[in-house]
Amino acid sequence: MNLEDIIQKTKTYYCLECGKCTSICPVARYDSGFSPRMIIEHALLGFEDDLVQNKKLFSCLTCYTCQPECPSDVDFPIFVREARSIAQDNGQYGICAHSGQLQSLARLMTSPAIEQNRLEWLSKEYRVSEDSDVLLWVGCAPYFEPIFEDLEFSALDIIRASLKIMNLLGIEPKLLPNERCCGHDALWTGDVETFKRLAEHNATQIKEAKVKKIVFSCPEGYRTFKLDYPNHVDLGCEVQHLSEFLAEKMGQNGLKFKEIKKKVTYQDPCRLGRHLGVYDAPRKVLESIPGIELIEMKHSGRESICCGTSAFTNCDSYSNLLRAERLSEAAATGADVLITACPKCQTHFRCAMTDKGEEHRPTPKIEITDLANLVADAIGEE
Amino acid sequence: MAGFEPQIIAFCCNWCTYAAADLAGTSRVQYPANVRIVRVMCSGMVNPIYVLKAFEGGADGVLIAGCHLTDCHYIDGPVKCDAAVDKLRKMLHVLGLEDERLRREMISTSEGVVFARVIKEMVEQLKKLGPSPLKVKMEALA
Repeated sequence: MNLEDIIQKTKTYYCLECGKCTSICPVARYDSGFSPRMIIEHALLGFEDDLVQNKKLFSCLTCYTCQPECPSDVDFPIFVREARSIAQDNGQYGICAHSGQLQSLARLMTSPAIEQNRLEWLSKEYRVSEDSDVLLWVGCAPYFEPIFEDLEFSALDIIRASLKIMNLLGIEPKLLPNERCCGHDALWTGDVETFKRLAEHNATQIKEAKVKKIVFSCPEGYRTFKLDYPNHVDLGCEVQHLSEFLAEKMGQNGLKFKEIKKKVTYQDPCRLGRHLGVYDAPRKVLESIPGIELIEMKHSGRESICCGTSAFTNCDSYSNLLRAERLSEAAATGADVLITACPKCQTHFRCAMTDKGEEHRPTPKIEITDLANLVADAIGEE
Repeated sequence: MAGFEPQIIAFCCNWCTYAAADLAGTSRVQYPANVRIVRVMCSGMVNPIYVLKAFEGGADGVLIAGCHLTDCHYIDGPVKCDAAVDKLRKMLHVLGLEDERLRREMISTSEGVVFARVIKEMVEQLKKLGPSPLKVKMEALA
């Protein structure tokens, strides 16, 4: 795909140069060198070189804050995604956080010969079944474990909690022993080749597993399976986020929660909220737990502020300022716990709370946990 | 596997192991030519991504070798290196890679013979294990 095709596909030529995108962009608020309008303008003037050589192209969070504001309905996040693939073809990459280990692991997982040991955490207290028609997607959690151990964050705990909830609902899900990375980060950083290979591996395994539904505890995997896989591969099954799955099951199966006296606030992950429009399901789940008081932040729902980094690319001091702003909003609600529904939001916020350079902007410390962990605590035995 | 010659990438610290490899050469100690040495200033600077990239590029084994614990030119390089190797092992284990493919050694300047022995042992082990399952660019190498 060349620049001309991208402009056609994302209707960029309708741009009025009004600058609403830049004025609402969370990155542009801190980084004066980043401007969605400027990027679009460069593309429309045909400055392909300027566009792809611009390192700021990788600063976009693709969080979809701008697109609904655009009077001409230009799909900026998709434009950025496609432009990044041109940039990669020209040898331009974003600055990868964690020295690019996560991107490298995704590429390594495209190898057809690997047999992963990704279910070693699975202990006897959890029930899984080979012939279940529900699949629980584990995703990158086993790889996050060593990489983020310094942050005292365990992505596998979210999976364990999800599994516990499903077991208590009387569902024994299936787990795939050799699932690959969903390819979300590869796709959004422009590495389409890796994405396609991962998608094919996953689609083959899912077809062999003969499941009717896949449940995700990670919104990025969910988005990729729901919106991006259908363009490349056929899955032949339904996909759902854990919060939707739970909201559906509320009131069924005699689901009972014990009381948890806590004030909480909820961070809408960009992939779950603005990308897929799931705002109500997690709130419904939170409100159905007795004792939980949900206090919304100043910006919530469609307006919620992003966690600052997407696809582990271009994570810089501006990202940390953005996180500090969001954590300040969370602390200002007076809530005890910040709930997210995305393991990556949690990683980024936890990382910001360990930030040493806080003299620029104080980063408040707040307890942070995943929706699945909270529900698992509430649903536990009396 | 007949005729399989493993490729090893060795990250050697400038102050100890690289000099040991030099010593092995000048003393005419024979060892297999399956190793490509990358000189690094300290074993503590070997970031996990270096090793992942080596495997991505088709390496069958990776050696990280540097000074002994108390010899480090930069005081605590080997400690940092051990921490990185620890993380790496966990990652590579999840990926399904045999533990033997990543080797961590401490070889001082005077131990040219040890360097040769380590390479010999690694080549033998890797020949038994066969090519790395992580060879993403298998077609390109063939």
